[in-house]
Amino acid sequence: MRVLPPLLRRKPAVAVLMCVPLFALILGLVAYPFFHALFLATLNKAETAFVGLDNFTFLFGRQTFWMVVRQSLLFALVAVVFKALIGLAAAHAINTIPTKGQRKWRGMMLIPWVIPPALSTLGWWWLFEPTYSAINWGLTKFALPAVPWLSDTFWARFSIILVNVWVGAPFFLIMYLAALKSIPGELYEAADMDGAGPWQKFFYITLPMIRNIIAITTLFSIIVTLANFDIVRVLTQGGPLNSTHLFATYAFRVGIESGDIPLGAAVSLFMFPMLAILAFIILRNVRRRAASLA
Amino acid sequence: MADVTLQNLIKTFDTVEAVRGIDLRIPNNEFVVLVGPSGCGKSTVLRMVAGLEEVTSGDIRIGDTRVNDVPPKDRNIAMVFQNYALYPHMTVAQNMSFGLRLRKVAKSEIRDKVQRAADILGIAELLDRRPRELSGGQRQRVAMGRAIVRDPEVFLFDEPLSNLDAKLRGQMRIEIQRLHQQLRTTTIYVTHDQVEAMTLADRVVVMNAGRIEQAGIPDEVYHRPRTRFVAGFMGSPAMNFLDCQLTEENGRTVARLAAGPALPLPAEQAARVRSYTGRKLVAGLRPENIREAASHDGTNSSGVPHDISIDIVEPLGRETIVYFRLGDATLCARVGTEVHPRAGEQTSLVFHPDRLHLIDPETDLVL
Repeated sequence: MRVLPPLLRRKPAVAVLMCVPLFALILGLVAYPFFHALFLATLNKAETAFVGLDNFTFLFGRQTFWMVVRQSLLFALVAVVFKALIGLAAAHAINTIPTKGQRKWRGMMLIPWVIPPALSTLGWWWLFEPTYSAINWGLTKFALPAVPWLSDTFWARFSIILVNVWVGAPFFLIMYLAALKSIPGELYEAADMDGAGPWQKFFYITLPMIRNIIAITTLFSIIVTLANFDIVRVLTQGGPLNSTHLFATYAFRVGIESGDIPLGAAVSLFMFPMLAILAFIILRNVRRRAASLA
Repeated sequence: MADVTLQNLIKTFDTVEAVRGIDLRIPNNEFVVLVGPSGCGKSTVLRMVAGLEEVTSGDIRIGDTRVNDVPPKDRNIAMVFQNYALYPHMTVAQNMSFGLRLRKVAKSEIRDKVQRAADILGIAELLDRRPRELSGGQRQRVAMGRAIVRDPEVFLFDEPLSNLDAKLRGQMRIEIQRLHQQLRTTTIYVTHDQVEAMTLADRVVVMNAGRIEQAGIPDEVYHRPRTRFVAGFMGSPAMNFLDCQLTEENGRTVARLAAGPALPLPAEQAARVRSYTGRKLVAGLRPENIREAASHDGTNSSGVPHDISIDIVEPLGRETIVYFRLGDATLCARVGTEVHPRAGEQTSLVFHPDRLHLIDPETDLVL
């Protein structure tokens, strides 16, 4: 047997060494970008001088920024609620199909989630085109007024939410479907004997049994949705009049397109404390419930 | 309280016939155990009575009502599942009261009923716990409590003890029995364990391949099996089967076992099987009817001794199981603890013909 150097003979030392690649990854891909963004946000536009929190105070004085905050929250809230509801309904529908037929439905329902969003959003962009698109053509065929999908504030917001729901609902669907399948069938049989109807079974058994999955999926979806970039970028570029900007697209506009990278960094950092608090609350509840079920 | 009647009950899954025509009448208050090997259709019958499985054809009646198309909740039955099927997110009290709450029973009444059931089962101090904080036996009690509070006309048990360890199974068996003596509710109990069947049942129904092989009180099923299947299934260790020929010797009817002794039949049995003289039959003899040569209790007086060579010995404390070969067959005998047989030893065992079962190999019926 080869003799190891004394340091490596200690088990904790070996364990730490084996974790080094992981630490390196986290350091390089999470910690460094995060702290670099923090650092950037404290510089002036030319990145030549330290200005402290000036970038933030500047943002807080701007109406457009608060508009972006409100829009991002509205966008994430509405989109996540609809994604969750549609995902749950679809998962239930698929779960009632006999197992043999489920695969093809599941496959079809997943398509929106699998196509690269930039590409599928381009398809939607054509559908929303005011004059020649299929939707408005259909509307006018039935003597309905054409809708200015992307040029009116309300309809532009409606459209990006619609496309986001279309892309994101399948994720909820697969998560819920997996959760539904993990509920033992005997519980429903016991509920049958206890006299529960379909709604009572849903509220008293299904929902409590999948609450953790709902919570985690929702948290994950809120984070991803708040950070959404591609749909807005392709459909509206934040317009009309900045009315569809989200944090990410606004940061891109300010930082890259307008050349004020420190200000862009400040915009994108604004999401962080909100999401951190939310994640803390939801995960704490999940842990508690998981401990009580196990 | 009600009696349950099954009439020509049939269940097919796609092309598989799981239950092939069951006729059974279970009188009020009776404790019936359906027993049989895996896949014999016993659970399917129970699930059809519960309403969890649709009936392909035939009738199920509870009391005077035909319940084929009545949903489970309106059949006034309660079921205890093999895996308990407790709601993991509810406390014991909530689990037990769920059915009553759905039926909008008054809160005070629910509390009384749950308390009473908990007292009967000895789980009163567990009412605020969640299922995951309970042991297997406690969970099983809660599952029974959930059935009791509903005060149903019929109890259904689907292999309720198969997830428990042997010792606990024995305890729970006694408790189920006590419960039945106390409540006298008509009960259908499914198990593959013939000890449970023998100890619990007012009447045992032995099933095989979707049919009833025999239904009767435990004693009758054990001592007077009607078919080779029942004879082999009930009893542990299982009955010995070996080929034999029926002959007439010195005016007595004798079963000559293949490579074994010739056993003179008791007069009453001889009269019954005389017409089979000269035919090849199968002889069934339980291990307890093959004993050691010198038994102190004098039961060996009528036996026929035979020399054998011991193959394997299983000492069980109260008795010893001895396996030995006779021709091509391996047989099993139960001997007392006074003798100390050893593997490889030559010894003489006594075969007792008074409990010999003769089986017609063409019909598999016990003659």
